[in-house]
Amino acid sequence: MQKIETLFVDLSDWFIAWLQSLGVPLAWADAILLLIQFLCIVGIILANITILIWLERKVSGFIQQRPGPNRLGPHGVFQTVADALKLLTKEDIIPSKTDRLIFITAPILFMTISVMLYIVLPMGKDMQVVDLNVGLFFFISLGSLTTIALLMGGWGSNNKWSLLGAMRSVAQMISYEIPLALSLMGVVMITGSLRLSDIVAAQDNVWFILLQPIAFITYFIAATAELNRGPFDMPEAEQELTAGAYTEYSGMRYALFFLAEYTNLVAVSALLSTLFLGGWQGPWLPSWLWIIIKTYLVMFLFMWVKWTFPRIRMDHLMAFSWKVLIPVTLVNIVATGFGLYIFKGIGG
Amino acid sequence: MNMNDLVFIVLGFITLLGAVGVVSFTNIVHAALSLVLSFLGVAGFYFQMQAEFLGLVQIMVYAGAISVLIIFAIMLVMDRDPNQTNISHPVNRWWGGLIALLFAGIIGFAIRESRFTGQAGSPDADRVGQLAELVLGNYVIAFEIAAILLLVAVVGAIILAKGAKEQ
Repeated sequence: MQKIETLFVDLSDWFIAWLQSLGVPLAWADAILLLIQFLCIVGIILANITILIWLERKVSGFIQQRPGPNRLGPHGVFQTVADALKLLTKEDIIPSKTDRLIFITAPILFMTISVMLYIVLPMGKDMQVVDLNVGLFFFISLGSLTTIALLMGGWGSNNKWSLLGAMRSVAQMISYEIPLALSLMGVVMITGSLRLSDIVAAQDNVWFILLQPIAFITYFIAATAELNRGPFDMPEAEQELTAGAYTEYSGMRYALFFLAEYTNLVAVSALLSTLFLGGWQGPWLPSWLWIIIKTYLVMFLFMWVKWTFPRIRMDHLMAFSWKVLIPVTLVNIVATGFGLYIFKGIGG
Repeated sequence: MNMNDLVFIVLGFITLLGAVGVVSFTNIVHAALSLVLSFLGVAGFYFQMQAEFLGLVQIMVYAGAISVLIIFAIMLVMDRDPNQTNISHPVNRWWGGLIALLFAGIIGFAIRESRFTGQAGSPDADRVGQLAELVLGNYVIAFEIAAILLLVAVVGAIILAKGAKEQ
């Protein structure tokens, strides 16, 4: 049991020791380990997304009372692999009137930012690529860069729908970033740290979803909007904007945007379970299995919401953020402050 | 040359490349995007100096918010050929260069004359906590005044955008 729990930590320790026995200096061995960790992150992302896209289609099929993909493999599990192969082999089309450099850079930038989010996520006990002392803030601040990538895609495409979609998504993401950050304040106030490993350690006795239920709900709503997922998927609302900022993209470039959105979904779900559901802590099972289970539960919740609620109108969407979510999160912060003050007063 | 110098040179190159792009691109959207590159380079400098919090604020506020605002404003008001929107003035460009050189000289002189007594802290120091104690302790009045100023600006912007009702 203990062996399974520390499997990956032991593996990296053993790897470092092995490199050192070959005469590699410690600094270089650490650098090589870091590279391998980055490759592992890419592997984790790709594996999860392959499962996730299949799962999304199956869940949506179940909710809409249809079978979903069911031809390739048992219950259609290999459908995503086939789709990926198809997208990879498609002709790479760049429309002639585009702003070429921006058009090409946008999907790469979008994907890079999404992958960078993973380096601060605790994926188990002592399993974190970098334990930044401002880890949570790193996550929020890098997330704000994705607006630039979307804007570049929309502008570079030189197309009305693309630009409209990009404008919508930027307006939406900037508005929802405020309640997103504010709803995490309660957790930070209780923990007294922005370090993600500290936040997990602070949930030793009680999960923060019990102490901060309102923050959990507001964060969930704001995160849905940040991820551009339904019911807040205005930026790519198919019926009115064809595909928003992605209209002119095809083949692998389109797939990169698509992949990045799912990469973000996994990252945000993992962050949600780290902040509110106790992170990797749990009985019996090893820690790295717990975080996977919790992340998948949260992702299932995101899917459930997406396929249950109809799309919300753009002006309602903005009004909801500014007139409902932000006041609620502010009240939550004040209440948390009072609660902490009283609690510390009692505790001495 | 050690690792630190190498990182400094790479970051400096990125920052300057972005800055040169801002003035030399003739398409103003390209200029705004290279401004983002320059901001990211400056954020990298903060990280190198172990001021992670400042670096992240730089990314979030400058690269993530202010530049989006700039690009938004440009896109909304632009009605000409985008490739002719950032052309430097035939005479004033020389004046601008002269003034920039003058300022660079003054700043260089100031840096050369000052003594830097600060020392590097340990990498694990709780810098966010230290910053919070300064901002919400010694300098709380200045901090709150800045906050009120921003609030007034936001209210003013909303009134300008919506138009106040006539009494």
